[in-house]
Amino acid sequence: MSAVTTPARTSGRNPARASSGGARKKSFSGGSPLVYAIALVVVAVTLGPVLYGVLGGFRSNAQLAEDPAGLPSPWVWDNYAGVLAADSPFWGYFLNSTIIAVVTTAVVVVFGIMAAYPLARYRFKGREALFMVFVIGLLFPATVAIIPLFILITQNYQMGNTWWGVALPQAAFALPMTVVILRPFLQALPTELEEAAQLDGASRIGFFWRILLPLSGPGMVTVGVLAFVGSWNAYLLPLLLLQGDMRTLPLGVADFSSEHSADTAGVFAFTTLAMIPALVFFLAMQKRIVNGLQGAVKG
Amino acid sequence: MLPPPAGGPPPGPRAGRGHRRPERRGRAAAWRKRAEIALFVTPALALLVAFVVVPIATAVQMSLYKWKGFGPMVDFVGLRNYVSVLTNEVFTDAVVHNLIIVVGSILLQLPLGLAIALLLNRKMWGQGLLRTIIFVPYVLAEVIAGVVWFQLLQPQYGVIDTLLAAVGLHGPEQGFLGTPEYALWTVLVVLTWKYLGLAVILFLAGLQGVPDELYEAAQLDGASWWQVQRRITIPLLGPTMRTWGFLSMIGSLQLFDMVWILTGGGPANATTTMATFLVNEGTKRQNFGIAGAASVVLFVIALVLALAYQKFILSRDSKEGGR
Repeated sequence: MSAVTTPARTSGRNPARASSGGARKKSFSGGSPLVYAIALVVVAVTLGPVLYGVLGGFRSNAQLAEDPAGLPSPWVWDNYAGVLAADSPFWGYFLNSTIIAVVTTAVVVVFGIMAAYPLARYRFKGREALFMVFVIGLLFPATVAIIPLFILITQNYQMGNTWWGVALPQAAFALPMTVVILRPFLQALPTELEEAAQLDGASRIGFFWRILLPLSGPGMVTVGVLAFVGSWNAYLLPLLLLQGDMRTLPLGVADFSSEHSADTAGVFAFTTLAMIPALVFFLAMQKRIVNGLQGAVKG
Repeated sequence: MLPPPAGGPPPGPRAGRGHRRPERRGRAAAWRKRAEIALFVTPALALLVAFVVVPIATAVQMSLYKWKGFGPMVDFVGLRNYVSVLTNEVFTDAVVHNLIIVVGSILLQLPLGLAIALLLNRKMWGQGLLRTIIFVPYVLAEVIAGVVWFQLLQPQYGVIDTLLAAVGLHGPEQGFLGTPEYALWTVLVVLTWKYLGLAVILFLAGLQGVPDELYEAAQLDGASWWQVQRRITIPLLGPTMRTWGFLSMIGSLQLFDMVWILTGGGPANATTTMATFLVNEGTKRQNFGIAGAASVVLFVIALVLALAYQKFILSRDSKEGGR
């Protein structure tokens, strides 16, 4: 979306823009070659490693060894084809990552909005204390609890090497942030809505279902996207809990890279394909992700 | 909030069962309300208890026992695990590494992020595309970024050594990741590459909150671009920078994925972090007591730093922003 912002070279002369933007746009508009040169360097450094990986996947190991900094010549498709073949483990990893991320997101959003509702819109004794429970939860990163989590989940909860065993703790550690973001969001909805619903005979639960849920779509999407990306990229918890066929993409990438360390081109192809889902998701959800992060910073 | 939604419709004309009825209704409504609150909050609380509270309590419990991970904990050793963790050079080095990453990340990313954000905050061609590109590394999994950089940093055959050779330099014999003196700094550089986009995006968002009138007024007074940035933009960005610093610090203290992929904590423990230490002790060596004690120490360090940051740095915001 914002990636296609129209060129603004004429902003100074464009009367419509000048009137809204004022003097800043006119005299501080970027045009200097130095600015573009710096921007180009930034882009090269940022994208260089990623592009090198993508192109490396199109080369053979012999090409990579002969001239590490070269371009594919000829272009080799075998590496990518091998990763995408029907019997490749890639698809299993992909499936596991997807299911775990979807379950994590669903649990976080449903439990989060449910908890945020009374905390935002009921008046009762102990409300702030209850909210503090979630705020304090922010202080406990998953890393601190990772070893006992590993033992509890495999031994006591019998969820070792399952999708739930990863999704539920991920959701639990994402909940505090979710509630902290959603509560002010729900508080901001006007009181009149609730009064009107009451006059129409709706109970508080009816109000939750029919009015609050539809209105809090944007808030839920924001926390949902954050939870999804967090789960999709997670490594530590899956590393301890998942083995064999149950592994997720980050585990698959790491293991592929250490098991096929001689096959650099194959590693590049595997890694490139593994980053595509996250990139596509990001491009589609860019606004939401950025909004969510800003919300987190302000909150 | 709304007028107390004590009950449904007011007690109607059906008041046939004596004068105590309204109070009973009120009590029934209060119970109903409590039941609703419980219904809404219980799932979240149950999840927190099962997967956050119990594990953390177990970590504390583990830290007081000598335990190999199965059967009941019986071998109570008091604080001996803590003594052993805190006198273990690998762990104290890990703490130092974490602190280097905390400080190094902020010292590198703050000026770079600020410079790029100021640069991008002007009308220029391709601005939207630039913003998207700069955010790409942040969206990639740390593991994926790590695997790519691991290949780039291969000694001799990696592209970085090749490029260095092309300009007549050569990297260390064992590679940047294989040489103890360079390994941690290399990890820091890769982390900067990965997380700079977050700083830029947050700073850009903060810049959008700076009202145009301020710039206009400054320009009417004849201020140069640099003066405007220094006197107006950067001070107004203060709250954003301080909050970003907090996030960055908390993330650095938990650093695991990138180190695990790039070096595994080596060479010669040159890049261990508290997280890699406790995972190593817990999973590879089955020293759960030690892992528990290390977890508690990690938590305490993070908490103390968070509170100190809150007190000395973030508190400025509440004072300034209060009125």
